[in-house]
Amino acid sequence: MIRFIIRRLAGAVVVLWIVSIITFVIFQLAPLLSHTSPVYYYIGKIPFPPHSPQLRELEHRFGFDLPLPQQYWHWLHGILFGQTITNGTGDVVHCTAPCLGYSFRLNTAVTTLITQAFPVSLSLAVGAATLWLLGGISIGTASALRRGKFIDRLGMTMALGGVSLPIFFTGPILLLVFEYKLKWLPNVSYQSITSDPAQWLRSMVLPWIALAFLFAALYARLTRANMLETMGEDFIRTARAKGLSRRRVVVKHGLRAALTPIVTIFGMDIGQLIGTTVITETVFNLRGLGWLSISSIQQQDLPVIMGVTLVAATAVVVMNLIVDILYAVVDPRVSYT
Amino acid sequence: MSVDVVDVREEPRDVPERFLSVRDLRVHFPTDDGLVKAVDGLSFDVERGQTLGIVGESGSGKSVTSQAIFGLHKGSRARVSGEIWLNGQELVAAHESQMRSLRGQEMAMIFQDPLSAMHPFYTVGAQISEAYRVHNDVSRKAARQRVVEMLDRVGIPDPDKRYDDYPHQFSGGMRQRAMIAMALICSPSLLIADEPTTALDVTVQAQILELIKDVQTEFDSAVILITHDLGVVAETCDSVVVMYGGQCVERGTVDDVFYRPEMPYAWGLLGSMPRMDRQRQQRLTPIQGQPPSLIQVPRGCVFNPRCEYTHLVPERRCFTVHPELVDTAPGHGVRCHIDPEQRREIFTNEIRPKL
Repeated sequence: MIRFIIRRLAGAVVVLWIVSIITFVIFQLAPLLSHTSPVYYYIGKIPFPPHSPQLRELEHRFGFDLPLPQQYWHWLHGILFGQTITNGTGDVVHCTAPCLGYSFRLNTAVTTLITQAFPVSLSLAVGAATLWLLGGISIGTASALRRGKFIDRLGMTMALGGVSLPIFFTGPILLLVFEYKLKWLPNVSYQSITSDPAQWLRSMVLPWIALAFLFAALYARLTRANMLETMGEDFIRTARAKGLSRRRVVVKHGLRAALTPIVTIFGMDIGQLIGTTVITETVFNLRGLGWLSISSIQQQDLPVIMGVTLVAATAVVVMNLIVDILYAVVDPRVSYT
Repeated sequence: MSVDVVDVREEPRDVPERFLSVRDLRVHFPTDDGLVKAVDGLSFDVERGQTLGIVGESGSGKSVTSQAIFGLHKGSRARVSGEIWLNGQELVAAHESQMRSLRGQEMAMIFQDPLSAMHPFYTVGAQISEAYRVHNDVSRKAARQRVVEMLDRVGIPDPDKRYDDYPHQFSGGMRQRAMIAMALICSPSLLIADEPTTALDVTVQAQILELIKDVQTEFDSAVILITHDLGVVAETCDSVVVMYGGQCVERGTVDDVFYRPEMPYAWGLLGSMPRMDRQRQQRLTPIQGQPPSLIQVPRGCVFNPRCEYTHLVPERRCFTVHPELVDTAPGHGVRCHIDPEQRREIFTNEIRPKL
């Protein structure tokens, strides 16, 4: 078991390392393809005419004239051990590890921007996931057990609606009803869970519902399909033949088997969601990672884009790692070797 | 308005003296293609300590019958009618909760493929223990003790260790032994073994059958052995029901059915069985044709499309009149229009020499 975890952990580190190389290379291509000095993508303007000695001097100070592997090494070294960054005009900023770079436009370290945005995205993803798991699994199970009956039709129609309706539709409607008409959640702005839990909850409820609605639909269908298959298995017949109550047959024998494959999908969904809730964050005015990535792309703020990309990728890799380990725990047939 | 609490279903019915008595059992499944008559008018009795074999091709209604006895069709779309009496209690009309207390306790089932019949995510011990604890209010520890004893009884070596193994860590024979332990954990008086040896190799088959026989004597249980292996039936059963197209076409003692069979289908079954005590023939004789569709059951005798002797019956009655199951000797019932004398003659002169 320990060896299994260590091997998976090592695998995850390798994947992250490759991701960091790809991220680095892709973003080196941008200045190259647009024939713009990389200085532009770092400080947002080119203070000197192209090809002028002053610009060369600036590029030299940023280290853009170094070979790519060396630049990559500086970047990686900064992430691992921190680095000192100069903006070229004499200001020197020390950026402690993990240093993902420095946004000259916002005059803030990228790590600071991300540590502000990350909890928002995490709250959003985890809260919504809890809701959609509860909703999706119960609707899916009820549908499977009453196949073809009213509950099934209702549940699956709702699921179809949930999959079809985009968040930029359901989100504003939720806002309209609960914030403006009913005034149940008026003017809530995000507060971190540590500073004001009640306010945090109030600000998160609607985004959770909007996001969960979308995913609950997916999980309801998945649960229903798995459950229908499982309830036809021989071991369910055995469980009934033992004289177990229906409830026990469904929950302990049916759901246990039907939900196991969902663990995999769930882990990947949550990992991916952390960096990609752009629309939800935009609709509900939350400053999460999605919002940060969109605004940095609009500003062509390269250090921030790279930082967010790396963090989002890390979230996916970490969740995958957790799923792998968890799967070996929930399915005894998976061997640790 | 007063509410009548008297059970209106209650009508005077004669409670049979037999331990298990199935009478005119019908299990029909409505489907989009029509009504599937999986079991259509089946009757048989089993006493404690006795073994009844139910034989027939795939789809002849053997397993559906066993599931009907267990009430496993309750809550599905299947329509079950007729009567099933177990120890003086009627089961077809019984409520699900009533059936639940009988399942596993009074009657238990051994399934065909123990790998798929056991839950892959729970240990073998936990699954058997669960079967015990539903019906017995005992501590986890006491249940474990009892399960380990039972695993030992069915011949699983090192039972205390194997308790914590998962089904996939058992071999096929061990799994079947564990299934038997699960079935026997509450000492049931009725044991239904649904093709218990099909998935096993021959040496293990013999051990498993031996084991079932042993525990039957120990608990004085009635056993129903569902199989398409006639050799198994000849060796273990007291009486036999031959099923074809959801109906019983011949029933009697093992000697009746194996040495004095009268129904052409039973002849065919015997002819298709390899035998070691006779001289080897060129090849086995298969029964021509396909098993009948259970939706469009042939008019007259169910077996008529495959029967070679329909010309012996006047007025094409094989194709128009559904034959009754008639006793040709005490306890030996045959569903066939051919004259009994003539049947015996054909068997003695034409069939037996070729077996």
